[in-house]
Amino acid sequence: MSEQPARIFIVDDEPPARLRLKALLADIADAYPNIVAGEAENGKEALEKLRDAPADVVLIDIRMPEMDGIDLAIHLRRFDPPPAIVFVTAYDQYAVKAFDLNAADYLLKPARAPRLLAALRKASHSRPLAEALLKSLAPEGRKHLASIERGRVLLVPLPDILYLKAELKYVTARTREREFLLEESLTHLEHEFALRFVRIHRNCLVAREAIAGFERAAENETEAHWLILLRGVSDKLAVSRRQWPLVKAAVAEAGRHKDRDNP
Amino acid sequence: MLSLSIRQNPEDKTATPVPDFRSVGTLARIVIAVNALALIVAAARASEWSRLAIEFIDLAAVVEPPLVFVMLLLFSLQPWLRLLSWPALAAAAFVLSTTGAGALALLLEARQREILLPGGVSRAMAWSVLAAALVLYYLYLRGKAFSPALSQARLMALTARIRPHFLFNSLNAVLGIMRSEPRRAESALEELAELFRALMRENRQLTALADEIALCRQYLDLEQLRLGERLRVAWRLDGCPDDALVPPLMLQPLLENAVYHGIEPASTPDPIAIHITRQGDTVFMELTNPYHESESHHAGNRMALDNIRERLALFFDMEAQLNTVLLDGRFRVTIRLPYRRASS
Repeated sequence: MSEQPARIFIVDDEPPARLRLKALLADIADAYPNIVAGEAENGKEALEKLRDAPADVVLIDIRMPEMDGIDLAIHLRRFDPPPAIVFVTAYDQYAVKAFDLNAADYLLKPARAPRLLAALRKASHSRPLAEALLKSLAPEGRKHLASIERGRVLLVPLPDILYLKAELKYVTARTREREFLLEESLTHLEHEFALRFVRIHRNCLVAREAIAGFERAAENETEAHWLILLRGVSDKLAVSRRQWPLVKAAVAEAGRHKDRDNP
Repeated sequence: MLSLSIRQNPEDKTATPVPDFRSVGTLARIVIAVNALALIVAAARASEWSRLAIEFIDLAAVVEPPLVFVMLLLFSLQPWLRLLSWPALAAAAFVLSTTGAGALALLLEARQREILLPGGVSRAMAWSVLAAALVLYYLYLRGKAFSPALSQARLMALTARIRPHFLFNSLNAVLGIMRSEPRRAESALEELAELFRALMRENRQLTALADEIALCRQYLDLEQLRLGERLRVAWRLDGCPDDALVPPLMLQPLLENAVYHGIEPASTPDPIAIHITRQGDTVFMELTNPYHESESHHAGNRMALDNIRERLALFFDMEAQLNTVLLDGRFRVTIRLPYRRASS
């Protein structure tokens, strides 16, 4: 490990900021052997490139178009092995506060060589970013899920997803327009987006906001069960008998919230 | 010089300024105050709610003509009134209101006088004096609350803001090109210095619109360094009055907001559009930028807008207006202010 130079990947939407980091990395190459494995302008491009050419450390700007740095960091945690992450950010009081609380590593722009060196040394020894830190930076989880199609990353905005369904090896995310294949586990998604989705079946999570109503399916008297009707699409989803009381309670709860918000 | 500064009385900065009887704000306040008094009297006279409107209309017939007459007098005598001290102004108000009411009463025929002024001319004069005294006292208190000393302090507090996000990002960009393009880095640092000199000035005086636009272009040059092709600005300045006086740093913070909320979160270029023009005595400005719903930090945006709105009010009172609207995915700020020319 010590013989191999560390592979560094740079993600920042501003070309001069990337230039700056490359110059600093070259300056500290003696003390910390490294090569720049690649660079990207936003989180989405980084995800695409890092799938093909993995890196040891990823330097990430927080505020970026398309997919921001926090979102990217959460996605990178699921890589195997996950790269170490160092955030490089301009003054942003909210983010800085979160970092201070969690004592994780971040650099403030403009970063200086000694500080960058220290952060990289620390990052290559440390475990992936603490879940607690990411949780505090993005309390509602990611803003997009990533779907890979023919080597390209498609971003699916969370609010567009009506339901998530596990089928064989994959999980599919259904939006009004189409379905997307995801490489994620349903259990993990349920855990990350507990506020947004409710589990209605062993293999299905439904967005609370997408539920339009229920319909009783009575093919025979003994096996009666409920179907969920969705807003915007004609699909009907079966609620398992085990989940039915939980689903009913969750929807009633949501209804109460709505009534309180707009009486 | 008087119009250049919000100071109305350059000799004595601590004195409460006398009202400017030619400003829309003052005249509007007089109309509202007198009518509010009339409404109170009408309410006192009315035996039941349904009678209120009738009583008020009856009263208005008596109140409005002298009110209009007195306001015309105030307007035409303004150059002379503005030189008076408060006690002298009070005396003038007494004379104006009594003669005004008296003269109008005498213009009426005897029969009309009996119907409209059942209490006789002296009672009309007494009401008129009372109304004048109350309105003048209200204007005095208001003038005191917005005295030059306090306004100056407000202006100082409102302009002394340095925006860290912009400063650190710009410095980082300059450092980034320092080795590859030293000359460009050099001029960027010079621009940054000039921009900060403008930001740190005391900014208590109105400035020419042309200077404000030049400052904006400098700011945009710097942002171009980091954002490159993503930053595009469409200026429409046909009919833009270069010599119009505007509060310093009125446009630049709006542009900064537009860059932060409209340009930085987008990866494809979508231009900021600025249109400035003059129609008669009014200057109109419109700035639109793309708006991205997912972005947070609205608080900072609000703060900058409130800041500009407050400064416009301190400089132009009710004659200036700032409005914002979200339309078809674009955020639009419109400003309307009176056209005042720089002396040079």
